[in-house]
Amino acid sequence: MPISSRNRVCFLPLAAILLAVLPFLLFSASVDGQPPPETTGSTLVSETPPADTVAGQPPAVEGLTAADTPDDEGGSVTVKWTEPAGAAELGLTYRVMRADSPDGQYTEVCELAAGENEFMDAGLTDGQQYCYKVFSIVGPGTAESGPTAPASPRGNWFRMYRLNALILLLVFSGSVLYYISRARRAKPIYIRKIAGLNAVDEAVGRATEMGKKILYIPGIMSIDEIQTIASLAILGHVARLSAQYNADLEVPNKDPLTFASARETVKEAYLEAGRPDLFREEMVNYVTYDQFAYTASVTGKMVRERPATNFLIGSFYAESLLLAESGQSVGAIQISGTAEVAQLPFFVVACDYTLIGEELYAASAYLSREPVLLGSIKGQDLTKLLLMLALGLGVILESFGVAFVKDAFRMH
Amino acid sequence: MPSLGTWLAAFFTLCMLSFLYKDNPFFRIAESFFAGLSLGYYIGIVANQTLKPNLVLPLADNFSANWHLLFAGGLGVMLYFRYIKRVAWVSRWALAVYVGYYVGVNMMQKLHGEVLPQVGDTMLSLSWSGIGTLWNVVMVVGVLSVLIYFYFSAEHKGAVGGISRVGIWFLMVSFGAAFGYTVMGRISLLIGRMVFLVNEWARPLIGLIT
Repeated sequence: MPISSRNRVCFLPLAAILLAVLPFLLFSASVDGQPPPETTGSTLVSETPPADTVAGQPPAVEGLTAADTPDDEGGSVTVKWTEPAGAAELGLTYRVMRADSPDGQYTEVCELAAGENEFMDAGLTDGQQYCYKVFSIVGPGTAESGPTAPASPRGNWFRMYRLNALILLLVFSGSVLYYISRARRAKPIYIRKIAGLNAVDEAVGRATEMGKKILYIPGIMSIDEIQTIASLAILGHVARLSAQYNADLEVPNKDPLTFASARETVKEAYLEAGRPDLFREEMVNYVTYDQFAYTASVTGKMVRERPATNFLIGSFYAESLLLAESGQSVGAIQISGTAEVAQLPFFVVACDYTLIGEELYAASAYLSREPVLLGSIKGQDLTKLLLMLALGLGVILESFGVAFVKDAFRMH
Repeated sequence: MPSLGTWLAAFFTLCMLSFLYKDNPFFRIAESFFAGLSLGYYIGIVANQTLKPNLVLPLADNFSANWHLLFAGGLGVMLYFRYIKRVAWVSRWALAVYVGYYVGVNMMQKLHGEVLPQVGDTMLSLSWSGIGTLWNVVMVVGVLSVLIYFYFSAEHKGAVGGISRVGIWFLMVSFGAAFGYTVMGRISLLIGRMVFLVNEWARPLIGLIT
């Protein structure tokens, strides 16, 4: 089935694509790769006569402005000026001076070499006024610019140069919410088969028939890692099956918060399956926080207890091959899944089924058929489709020397 | 003469390596020591390097400026309510805050740090400008085909199936490269351990005997 009627919503919305891409283009055109310049600043009218008219005097800088730094959390003023012609050849240095008022006492803020024409003065107090002067210096000669009009630092609510990330976030969140609402209204949501997930039932059944243990390893990271959260969702499904089949499940943990969440997940799954009497707290146990001590303990458990089924699903690092190979050596059926690119090769070679990258995130939705999860997968797919189209458009335009689509995706 | 610490390190290293033969009492001893010691060690680490500098000292030094840390500390304490059956539900609130916070932070990090820059950097020119253009083609085809492989709303049949098959080939080639790279890293770890055994334990010992 190529693109069925069930998916036509994803493939037709040209208007949605345009809506998604248009703000990027508008943003790109307006921003032109830089944060918008602040317009509240003041312009210096140099009170010093052009220095080059005075013999032995360096030329003074021109067009000196001071303004609140845009798109920041406050506390800084950006000072800009135009360098005099031949500043580098003359070996000019610039001394930036600051005062509370145009006629106040100026103190040195910094000294910059020729080639610099901008300075951000940080660590200031929001709301207070600051004036600046810049001295051009060559040897003993100094030329002073006039003072800028007062500028006050202030915090900004938004970093406008990150508008593209906000737009993408809104497109993503909007599409996820839309599809969740569709799923809740019992509209059909299609997700393709994911190889490996169909084997979960079989793997749990095998352990039940053999009267052996199911070992579920939820990775070694905490629940601030999305992979761990996805793993816990799959653990819920495995625990429900274990409760239904009365299989022996064990979940050894490395992270204390993952341990707490895993225990809650398994307990709830047994309750949902109508077999709370089968749940034992020691099913979900804590080993240690050390990566390799945990690995040694789990591999030891594998060779001693010879589980029939191993699930290695979550975020793994250097322990991935040690665990997968130990499990493989005792003849367990192994289902793995991770989004850690460096560890996937080890799972691919040592496990029977591997959920690659994003399949891990889709797996929980596929297994549970929960409307919320299905809707979120569908929403992600729509975002991916829009990104693919934007990528195609960007490649075509870039080939013809038009870069504004690429610029819209640039992070500043 | 190697020190007692070196003797212990060498003994436990050999105990762990004995697992290469098969599970045995020496490995079990080392495994139990390793798990137990590391658990105690990390309790000390967390107390001294997380709780003390991030919570206890700021509150003790300047409570009025850092009082908001009580919320974080309170959430941490709430996690332990799970051990009191009547109020075990309170721990779920702390977990919910923790998970929700990190989902939000991660989402922006991924969009800002990975998705947008990667899509932008893949917009490469395909107009011929030398051999480098071929690599641009490989990059664009690779990214698009792998994205289609991870598109879950369409069955892998027909054109979508063909492109996703190209995508899985790209994935497998990259996995092969990553495999080789990581194996090299692991071998260097083994070499490091062997260097320890030979230089710090065996060599002084042999020198002592001869």
